[in-house]
Amino acid sequence: MAEKKVILKIKRQSSPGQPAHWEEFSLRWRPSMNIIICLRDIAENPVTRDGKKTTPVSYDSNCLEEVCGSCAMVINGKVKMACSALVDQLTQPITIEPMTKFPIVRDLAVNRQFMFDSLQRVKAWIPIDGTYSLGEGPRVAPEIQEKGYPLSRCMTCGLCLEVCPQVNSGNNFVGAAIISQVRLFNMHPTGAMHAKERIRALQGEGGIEECANVQNCVQACPKAIPLTESIAEVNREAWKQSLVGWLLG
Amino acid sequence: MTQPKIIVVGGGLAGLMATIRVAESGLPVDLFSIVPVKRSHSVCAQGGINAAKNQKGEGDTTAKHLDDTIYGGDFLANQPLVKRMCDEAPNIIDLLDRMGVMFNRTPEGLLDYRRFGGTLYHRTAFAGATTGQQLLYALDEQVRRHESEGKVKKFEGFTFLSAVLDDAGVCRGISAMDLRSMEVKIFPADAVIFCTGGIGAIFGRSTNSVVCTGSAQAALFQQGVDYANGEFIQVHPTSIPGEDKLRLMSESARGEGGRVWVPRNPNDTRPAKSIPESERFYFLEEWYPKYGNLVPRDIATRAIHRIVYQEKLGINGQAAVYLDVSHIDSETLDRKLEGILEIYEKFCGVDPRKEPMKVFPGMHYTMGGIWINAVDQATNVPGIYAAGECEYQYHGANRLGANSLVSCIFGGGIAGTAAVKYSNNLEKGTASVPSTIFDSEKKRQDEKNQALLSQDGAENPMTIWKEMGEIMTEHVTVTRINKNLELADSQLRALQTRYRKINLSDRTRWSNQTLNFARELENMLLLARVVTLGALARNESRGAHYKPDFPERDDANWLKTTRAKFKNGDIQLTYEPVDISLIPPRVRKYDAAK
Repeated sequence: MAEKKVILKIKRQSSPGQPAHWEEFSLRWRPSMNIIICLRDIAENPVTRDGKKTTPVSYDSNCLEEVCGSCAMVINGKVKMACSALVDQLTQPITIEPMTKFPIVRDLAVNRQFMFDSLQRVKAWIPIDGTYSLGEGPRVAPEIQEKGYPLSRCMTCGLCLEVCPQVNSGNNFVGAAIISQVRLFNMHPTGAMHAKERIRALQGEGGIEECANVQNCVQACPKAIPLTESIAEVNREAWKQSLVGWLLG
Repeated sequence: MTQPKIIVVGGGLAGLMATIRVAESGLPVDLFSIVPVKRSHSVCAQGGINAAKNQKGEGDTTAKHLDDTIYGGDFLANQPLVKRMCDEAPNIIDLLDRMGVMFNRTPEGLLDYRRFGGTLYHRTAFAGATTGQQLLYALDEQVRRHESEGKVKKFEGFTFLSAVLDDAGVCRGISAMDLRSMEVKIFPADAVIFCTGGIGAIFGRSTNSVVCTGSAQAALFQQGVDYANGEFIQVHPTSIPGEDKLRLMSESARGEGGRVWVPRNPNDTRPAKSIPESERFYFLEEWYPKYGNLVPRDIATRAIHRIVYQEKLGINGQAAVYLDVSHIDSETLDRKLEGILEIYEKFCGVDPRKEPMKVFPGMHYTMGGIWINAVDQATNVPGIYAAGECEYQYHGANRLGANSLVSCIFGGGIAGTAAVKYSNNLEKGTASVPSTIFDSEKKRQDEKNQALLSQDGAENPMTIWKEMGEIMTEHVTVTRINKNLELADSQLRALQTRYRKINLSDRTRWSNQTLNFARELENMLLLARVVTLGALARNESRGAHYKPDFPERDDANWLKTTRAKFKNGDIQLTYEPVDISLIPPRVRKYDAAK
């Protein structure tokens, strides 16, 4: 019996300015393989299916258990985390491409700095006075914690930006993940003291108004974060704030 | 006079805390990290963070936290520093709470606490089962705030290569490689704080993240920074084996009532759920009635190895035991453990709310690390500090669960403050150092890269790495036998020889991950030998270090810290006394109350 194989088609690009091309690989199948294991196999023996020597594939990865947000890529046309993408659940040949909404670095590695910059734009933090001893934090109702905790599991992986038709080079839309972080910080008793600043940061170019309510984001989120709920709530707050501003003129 | 500058290498919990402290002092700080700091390995910590807040009215105190930590670490930790950490832990929880960490709450809106291994108290604050991620994010957010105010400059996508030492042996900055352009760059500084985490990669597969190679520690070691207690490696009792990594199943599963068992009859092939209670062997509960499933990790790990390898009771003859939470109601499980149950479900395709999980011990943590003093995280090289998993204080011969997060934040905080004080008091700042010091270090690193990129050979770095991992996992984890350790060291030396003939399958100068990996591999091989030689020398059993030929703790000969030095191109082991001024050593056993 012929040995069971895994066939991969990977989109390669040696650097940002260079043209992309496809390479095909044939790997020895083992139980419980994920895409990371496949990419490591290639690194150990970088030879294409037709026997040509090539280079190992560049890609982002770190925790390999879907909490760090590194290894996002487009697998069989769908953006997902490579570590939890199991070979046996994918149709072969498996195609792997880099995400398209972020500048490419090399092969499957992309630069998601835009998301971290956006977190800075919306002041996604609790402004504490200092790290010296100031006693306990505010009490938080279990109900708030149960709403906030799922939002705080966002790992800035960028899947929600990748699937959003509104995220494109023309408008700088920050995307669902960032809006959801605004909701998280505005919900915290101390964070709420500065809610207006964050809402204001979401108004204007690239802000919440860019959202067209397509709702792809919530489908793509690997952590099942209620992103559309977050957008709706932040949107309400934004309207309220604009209205008050207009009334007070 | 120019203002001093501080560098922090590593953006996990310890590195971020150090960065915040420096930023608060007003000195500029450059933060270096291989990955964007928000993706650091601290996100993998699951169960929680310890602080004796006595919020359940059990009479818990920081003195008891200290005693549990020292006893759990089998009396190898320097006690006064551990005491400071335990005393400070409640304040650290308050700080994290103020930063907005979404800790689980009681109906009164207070922080909830759960039990963890090696203690009888509810001492562990938690945010679901992703506590490390939540804590890291809180510190990441604070650093981003300081960054927005211009106090912090991040260098993400850079890897540390070496310290720059002046003629007097004082650290004056670092050399680092830009992982996109592959350029070696020099960054002068007055003090450098290393928070470079664990060393899991030298065991091939572990619960650690990809970046946890120990490469920075090994590079510093070769430059004269001592390395302590390398032989103390924690193997976590419950992980899901995978070809790419061993995925942790947190101790919190047992803290919330999870039970470890195997069928009493090794030939029992029935599905787990249909095996009646009376035919299940809850071996931890039977062997350790007082602590049960919450014995410390070294004890639980050895018990599982005994069940599988001596008693031959592994599930269906495999190296696996059941970790069972299926008797706990789903609502509680989702509220307190969702993060880890989701991992099991995604990677194993089985819902642990309904079926017991199959787990086995996996390499998890290094108690040993960069030698630092017992006062302010300073190494033996002036200007170099270390904090977090990469250093050796706090955990002795075995770390208690949920003590790592607190030690990272505590140590990082001290290191930040100490580095600022040191820099402000320097008689001659780095600005006065001749540029030739920096130029020659850059040249040395450029030449190393050039040699790797141009040499021809038949060896593949991935293959050497895999072999190293197999050697280390087989001989230098749970059970250590001297003749096997000798064999392991000779095999590691053979790999070092083969390393000289590696051939990089990628010779480009843009985002070349192979080049970076090859550089890390050379360092990993050396560090693997430090761990192995430390284990070979220590003829006793203490905490995680277990030798069947020397089954007892031997305080007369071995109540001492291993301090490895790099002399004349080789590893030299020296020893120094442990500070036991607070709690006299006593026999460590977990079948009864302490």
